[in-house]
Amino acid sequence: MAIREQILTIIEKNSRIDVHELAVLLGAEEIDVANELRALEEEGIICGYHTMIDWSKTSIEKVMALIEVRVTPQRGLGFDSIAERIYKYPEVTSVYLMSGGFDLMVILEGKSLQEVAGFVSNKLSTLDTVLSTATHFILKKYKDHGTILTKKYEDVREKITP
Amino acid sequence: MRNPLADKVTTIKPSGIRKFFDIVQEIDDAISLGVGEPDFDTPWHIRDEGIYSLEKGRTFYTSNSGLKELREEVCNYLKRSQGVTYDQATQVFITVGGSEAIDLAMRAMVNPGDEVLIPQPSYVSYEPCAILADAKPVIINLKEENEFRLTPQEILEKVTDKTKLLVLPYPNNPTGAIMEKKDLEAIAKVIIEKDLFVITDEIYGELTYNGKHTSIISIPGMQERTILINGFSKAYAMTGWRLGYACGPRDIIRQMIKIHQFAIMCAPTTSQYAGVEALRNGDEDVAMMREEYNRRRRYLLNEFKEMGLQCFEPYGAFYVFPCIKQFGMTSDEFATRLLREEKLAVVPGTAFGDCGEGYIRISYAYSLDDLKKAMERLRRFIADISAK
Repeated sequence: MAIREQILTIIEKNSRIDVHELAVLLGAEEIDVANELRALEEEGIICGYHTMIDWSKTSIEKVMALIEVRVTPQRGLGFDSIAERIYKYPEVTSVYLMSGGFDLMVILEGKSLQEVAGFVSNKLSTLDTVLSTATHFILKKYKDHGTILTKKYEDVREKITP
Repeated sequence: MRNPLADKVTTIKPSGIRKFFDIVQEIDDAISLGVGEPDFDTPWHIRDEGIYSLEKGRTFYTSNSGLKELREEVCNYLKRSQGVTYDQATQVFITVGGSEAIDLAMRAMVNPGDEVLIPQPSYVSYEPCAILADAKPVIINLKEENEFRLTPQEILEKVTDKTKLLVLPYPNNPTGAIMEKKDLEAIAKVIIEKDLFVITDEIYGELTYNGKHTSIISIPGMQERTILINGFSKAYAMTGWRLGYACGPRDIIRQMIKIHQFAIMCAPTTSQYAGVEALRNGDEDVAMMREEYNRRRRYLLNEFKEMGLQCFEPYGAFYVFPCIKQFGMTSDEFATRLLREEKLAVVPGTAFGDCGEGYIRISYAYSLDDLKKAMERLRRFIADISAK
């Protein structure tokens, strides 16, 4: 793997790592790592540095829903303009164009079931191009972004072995 | 009552690691860097194949030499990684871990009084296995100035007309040393000239960090005098599955299988099915783990440099072997005090041979987070003993 891909695989899992440590792990010069990071940001390959939070362990209530949306593509614009109309809502966290039985997968975060239901019936379904929606609520997250949320790693090996 | 025990067994020293293990058990919140096995779980697709074989009722013995598919995959692997051809029917068999193969190779090849050259520091089982096979172990003390590689001169210094076997333990546990092609070519000359046979233990062969591992079997003239031992434990994180193999000239393999057939029957069937999956579809897992180990290796070497702990750069396995001579303590004292004062367990170099004196083995089969916590303790300990 080239240094660029190596940087990405590391910071994808640990965005808090600093340039010095990154350089040590990769056996590279700090200045090269810093330049590469800047280039990756400028090229839009690194799009942000987010934190993974298990909100269910906090006092803040959050409801997450996956909504399958079927739409009529518009002449000359395909799915892009309808996707844009949807992703502009701040409560929408992700929008993907899908293959298969529906067109757009919309991921939505709200404070309650009612709020999400309200969004779907008032805002999403009423869009001209939207033919149908199917809303699925997430009940429990076992694993997210490659991280298991329900169990902690435990080292069960013998402490000393040859 | 008469003494029920055999002198040959009772005179063998127990493993130096045992004593340390007992102390570590007493200390509740000790952090250990003393483990000789991967921290990764066996990749899921490999475990799944083992489970699937159980579901299908594959719960019987396999042939003594192991599943044909697995022997074929071993041959394919050696062909693609070393360019060397073995016949799956007569030159390969599946063992209970690499360690069984070490024992069998010694027993199949030496007569009483034959001498076996064993470079140290190295894995703990070669010397006892040689003794149990009635051979005389002759130790070669490897040197840090050679990066713990084996040189032709070192062989020549210990060779006699009774020398029959050379154990080649690379990539090395505990030093992390490797032998590159040029090093192997140099010793191959002496091996052929002195008509020696070789047991090459390449269990860490997939874990090298400065290019692909070269096996001595790929050096002209060596395949016909070498027993190659490898297994699944380190490359695929499969220590508990107890799965390894031996390859070599058919006359030797046939005799090894004879002992294996009487003592063991066959390697665990479930493990063998999982092993087929590992060799067929495990390359990416190995690459991922190797990359991760390499980062940890670089991290530790950098930490040592910053805390003033001298260490040659090892390119293999998952161990570093820093020198602690500057602190005026024996390996045992250093390790014991580190454990008592900072609750950090490492293994004294002497557990791997007398010439490991002055060194400690640190394993990096731990997550970076764990290594960071451990390095804080080591740094504090070194600052503390340096101040006095």
